[in-house]
Amino acid sequence: MAYADVREYTHLTDDEVDAIGAELDAIRAEIEASRGQADRDYILRVITLQRRLAAAGRITLFASFFPPAWLLGTALLGSAKILENMELGHNAMHGQWDWMNDPEIHSSNWEWDTTQPAEQWKHSHNYIHHQFTNVLGHDNDIGYGILRMSRDQKWHPANLGQPAYNALLALFFEWGVALHDLDIEAIRKGEKDIPLLKKQLRQIGRKVGKQSLKDYVMYPLLTGPFFLHTLTANFTANIIRNVWTHGIIFCGHFPDGAVHFTEEELEDETRAEWYLRQMLGSANFKGGKLLHIMSGQLGYQIEHHLFPDLPSNRYAQISVKVQDLCKRYDIPYTTGPLWKQYGQTLRTILKLSLPNKRTEDNPAPLSPRQSRRLRDDERQNRRSELGKWSGAA
Amino acid sequence: MTEPLIQRSPALRGLRRFGKALTTPLAPDDYLALINPLWSQRELRGRIEKVVPITDRAATLVIRPGWGWSFNHAPGQYIGIGVEIDGKFHWRSYSLSSVPLVEGKTVSITVKAMPEGFLSDHLVNGLEPGTIVRLASPQGDFVLPDPPPAKMLMLVGGSGITPVMSILRTMDRRGSIPDVVLAYSATTEDDMMFVHELRVLALRYESFTFYERFTDADGLLTADQLDTVCPDWREREAWACGPGPMLDAFSEHFESEGRLDHLHVERFTLNLASGGEGGTVTFGVGGPTVEVDGATTLLEAGEKAGINMLFGCRMGICHTCDVPLASGSIRDLRSGNEHSEPNEYIQTCISVAAGDCTLAI
Repeated sequence: MAYADVREYTHLTDDEVDAIGAELDAIRAEIEASRGQADRDYILRVITLQRRLAAAGRITLFASFFPPAWLLGTALLGSAKILENMELGHNAMHGQWDWMNDPEIHSSNWEWDTTQPAEQWKHSHNYIHHQFTNVLGHDNDIGYGILRMSRDQKWHPANLGQPAYNALLALFFEWGVALHDLDIEAIRKGEKDIPLLKKQLRQIGRKVGKQSLKDYVMYPLLTGPFFLHTLTANFTANIIRNVWTHGIIFCGHFPDGAVHFTEEELEDETRAEWYLRQMLGSANFKGGKLLHIMSGQLGYQIEHHLFPDLPSNRYAQISVKVQDLCKRYDIPYTTGPLWKQYGQTLRTILKLSLPNKRTEDNPAPLSPRQSRRLRDDERQNRRSELGKWSGAA
Repeated sequence: MTEPLIQRSPALRGLRRFGKALTTPLAPDDYLALINPLWSQRELRGRIEKVVPITDRAATLVIRPGWGWSFNHAPGQYIGIGVEIDGKFHWRSYSLSSVPLVEGKTVSITVKAMPEGFLSDHLVNGLEPGTIVRLASPQGDFVLPDPPPAKMLMLVGGSGITPVMSILRTMDRRGSIPDVVLAYSATTEDDMMFVHELRVLALRYESFTFYERFTDADGLLTADQLDTVCPDWREREAWACGPGPMLDAFSEHFESEGRLDHLHVERFTLNLASGGEGGTVTFGVGGPTVEVDGATTLLEAGEKAGINMLFGCRMGICHTCDVPLASGSIRDLRSGNEHSEPNEYIQTCISVAAGDCTLAI
């Protein structure tokens, strides 16, 4: 079984892996059975708050010539966009609220306030990323096709510019996401289906047109002589949202302790092993209630990856059970304060801009029980383009 | 003639389009609905104005529809009503018992609480005036032709009276009822809906014959008794609405007499033909049909039939494959639960047919 190769799991017997799967299934069943009025009330409250923030921001910006109003309006609009993208859009499109049977808050109908069309996001993120989480060569979220985020990815001199690319990606993250489902890698290799590419480009064009018309033409025009003030405010609100979402998302899979996998580990994967991969491939961060809401509860990335379609307001509750399970089975549960997780992510981006031989690998220390069962000799013949599995470096 | 103002007026349509450019990807309605829940036509909404008891177990719900509602339904049609209970929307269909009129700005449905019908019970006993519900536009072809035929027969059982009531009231409002025979069965007199209104109608119109039957005392009306109850039934255009077995019996009888073309039937109860799994799956209302067993997922069945269906993970996590169930029932392979709520979204990759069903693709 391919999972025996993954360092963090070598101490688990097959029966234990199955038991973990059964426990996680039970957690899902329990949450599903208890969804009800309080959950609906929660999401309706967030929706109302988000729409009020957006309206307040737009209205304040009618006075955008007045610097304090520009600042306040931009902050309100930026928060509205963050809340919409994270707690509402991301989670609704995962199907977290489909159980309400309400077509207005449903994965098949939600369109979010950003340049990527919902349909394409549901493919690139919801399907590809969540199914093939952290599997090199399958999951394009690893560095978004721009950054080298794993020692197993081949180094190229272009990676030296990585810190700069990352800064640009953070500022214009919305656009990186918009182009995500096109799969630039496939286009470069000439493997992309042309009619599909055309359809996707048309979809993106339509969405970008509507979004830009709203933020960069309509609202600025409405404020008449303050056209430029309002335009810069809207642009800034979008940038605030971009930097925030980029930071939160990168903290989900790139702090120390979050593992990347190769195709071999995926072979004959059972549902229980899929759960394990989700837990080991994700990283949480700690924070207050407001921080969790503004990050779409992605501070509970581990819980989100285990149960992507359970309502986000329940992740805190699920987290207690998952941590208990991890403790009992001696499975790593990666978490820390936001600044620390983000710092580790930046450090990785910096480090991996250099070739492996110039940097040290710093694997988490192994318990004696784990290292006894390491089978380094079996970890040599990986896919050559991916380099070597880090555990054996 | 009765298109809602919001669709009739080019100025309002233009304004809405302008508003949409400002609120994309939402609609202006999404913001206005925060002020008044009826100010949205994204999902048709209605407010319960009052609940009028009809019998011990039945009540008429008077509903004020919001934007986007047209008051031009045909008498006899039904609407969908979606009610939120414990965070979840449940949908059912009920015949409109009101006449199609804009005046008063309301529509009404009459609901009978069924012994196992948890939603009907909730509608009759649990809806406070002021509750906001979702509505689906009127549909159905169990309608009164215009002009009505000279001779009509109506065979009604139980709550099947509601579409017939709408037809009778419409004719009454026009001041002329043609030669109509209504044979209406209910278990007891107390359980017969609109019984007083119907009796008054029979007194006012010589052309309207009201045959009352109380099945607890007299037994069910059987097809062969039709010659006694309405000797000239073969000369009449017939409408039948009521419990499934009753409709089956009359359909059979009309067919054997070569009169099936003249019988209009409305079924309210789901035909749960067998407890067995599998069935005929229809992809899209009026779309292609496929026979499937109880082990083939609806997604696989659709793909085999060459239907272009959305899919993602094929293991029930990503919801790319969700489609609304139009009718019939399906079984969720993971939980073993059966789902038969119209308009409920189901995941085709982990669902199988539990009897015949139709997917709204």
